[in-house]
Amino acid sequence: MTHLTAFNISVDFPLYHNESRSLKKRVFGAASGRFGQDHKHRAVVQALRDISFTLRSGDRLGLIGSNGSGKTTLLRALSGIYQPTNGSLSMEGRLTSLLDPGQGMNMDLTGRENIRLRGLFLALPKAEIARLESDVEDFAEIGQFMDMAVRNYSSGMVIRLAFAMATAVHPEILLMDEWILAGDAAFLEKAKKRVEAMVRHADILILASHSSNIIAEWCNRLIWLEGGKIVGDGKPLDVLSQYLPADQFKELLKTAQPTLTAG
Amino acid sequence: MTDLPGTERAIRAMQRQPLFATSADRGWNQRFQLAGEDLREGFVLWRLSWALAVADIRLRYRGSMLGPFWLTLSTAVMIGSMGFLYADLFHTDIHKYLPYLAVSLILWSFMSTLIADGCVCFTGSEGLIKGTRMPFTVHTMRCVLRNIIVLAHNVIVIAAVFLLLGVHVSAYALLAIPGLALWVVNGFAMAFLVGTFCARFRDVPQIIASIIQIAFFVTPVIWNANILNNHPRAYILIRLNPFYYMLEIVRAPLLGTPLGLDLVLKALIVTAVLIVLSSLIFARTRGRLAYWM
Repeated sequence: MTHLTAFNISVDFPLYHNESRSLKKRVFGAASGRFGQDHKHRAVVQALRDISFTLRSGDRLGLIGSNGSGKTTLLRALSGIYQPTNGSLSMEGRLTSLLDPGQGMNMDLTGRENIRLRGLFLALPKAEIARLESDVEDFAEIGQFMDMAVRNYSSGMVIRLAFAMATAVHPEILLMDEWILAGDAAFLEKAKKRVEAMVRHADILILASHSSNIIAEWCNRLIWLEGGKIVGDGKPLDVLSQYLPADQFKELLKTAQPTLTAG
Repeated sequence: MTDLPGTERAIRAMQRQPLFATSADRGWNQRFQLAGEDLREGFVLWRLSWALAVADIRLRYRGSMLGPFWLTLSTAVMIGSMGFLYADLFHTDIHKYLPYLAVSLILWSFMSTLIADGCVCFTGSEGLIKGTRMPFTVHTMRCVLRNIIVLAHNVIVIAAVFLLLGVHVSAYALLAIPGLALWVVNGFAMAFLVGTFCARFRDVPQIIASIIQIAFFVTPVIWNANILNNHPRAYILIRLNPFYYMLEIVRAPLLGTPLGLDLVLKALIVTAVLIVLSSLIFARTRGRLAYWM
């Protein structure tokens, strides 16, 4: 069964430049509480502190929090890119992470060549790579640009291609950062359908976003990160009621009413 | 079209083990285990490394008419011009000197570019490393393969020089093959070693570039080791020079000059030391590499 468990995950970022040890920074660090020392007395930024949660099939977790609260770092740690400084992580299920639109793409290669590379990364045989290519081509709908260098794409096209590549090979666990929301309305609708189909098949989605509308619509659980710590965890609406200023929350209730009452 | 694609079931069955667990550093046992897994997973993905390496070369010459054969041509021009100049300066016979120079320079440039390239094998793939969990072995393999492709283009020059000057090649030249295999092993270890160091200490690539520059002059590449015969003190240049051991185990068979067993042993020792060092360093730093990008 697909599941993902994070147990007491902490991530410290090393600061290697000497100026990080200056007095000014130390005072500033003490004030904000994110700068510390590891057991070898090296200066570090405490990006994540004791993050624990368990997700099972069908869970769609939203991550919310101000800039620098550790959302992207958490996604990277969950992807297995950053080995945690403390704690452990275990999961079952094929994971795809969409952290950065251009990620894993070679900007000088064409869209088609990038799809081929992704197929090789997934260790697919030739026939499957060809099918992956046509799947992505159908979904991304970027036409002639498929055979042009990704460098010449508009940022929306890069997003279309990246999203199509990440979801064409059906992932069981999908991690997404908020940039997906930069797509146009038509694409967003399509993307939502695909993610919904994925979640209907009892898989896991983790989405970091600033948009409370998207979170309220896509997620059934919400974790609020602040300063690298979990400060709120529960149903999206409950957490959002604390996270958002009162007037914005009212606004959200008005616009997202149908989905929320349905859920 | 917007729903789940048809390939899904077929792909599901073919995927690698979907289990994944990680944890904070738990000492050397875990480090070596994870480094071993990285190597194994990386070798499974050799087609990816190969495709990336080919793309690197193709992109470098995209839009040019000769394409990667510019490698061949520029090497040929350099060896041709240097050959006549130095043959004159060293008062040697061009028929003897040109094959020596062609083999030496091409092998040397493979070795030195591989080391310099190894320095950026991780930092140059920052996007991939920070974007997705991919074995680090893919990046080192990409670096080694890329340089092998360059070498393959340059070997044409050696073949041309040998043909033009009618150099006799015996079965002894086949001994270069195990030598080259040893180079590939060394190249891998070297890429892991310098790649990690350069990711952590960003001054190291420049330092390594200077070392290679000096090594080029003190190693018999454009000059012949024989000229040291009457200089016992200068002889140390080749007696304690790992670049010389490595170069000679491939060069001597190709040129048909004798290869002492002691050199082979020394080359094997260099390889062993490199492997031990690089596995220690890589196992120790694998979990930190992404943080250094």
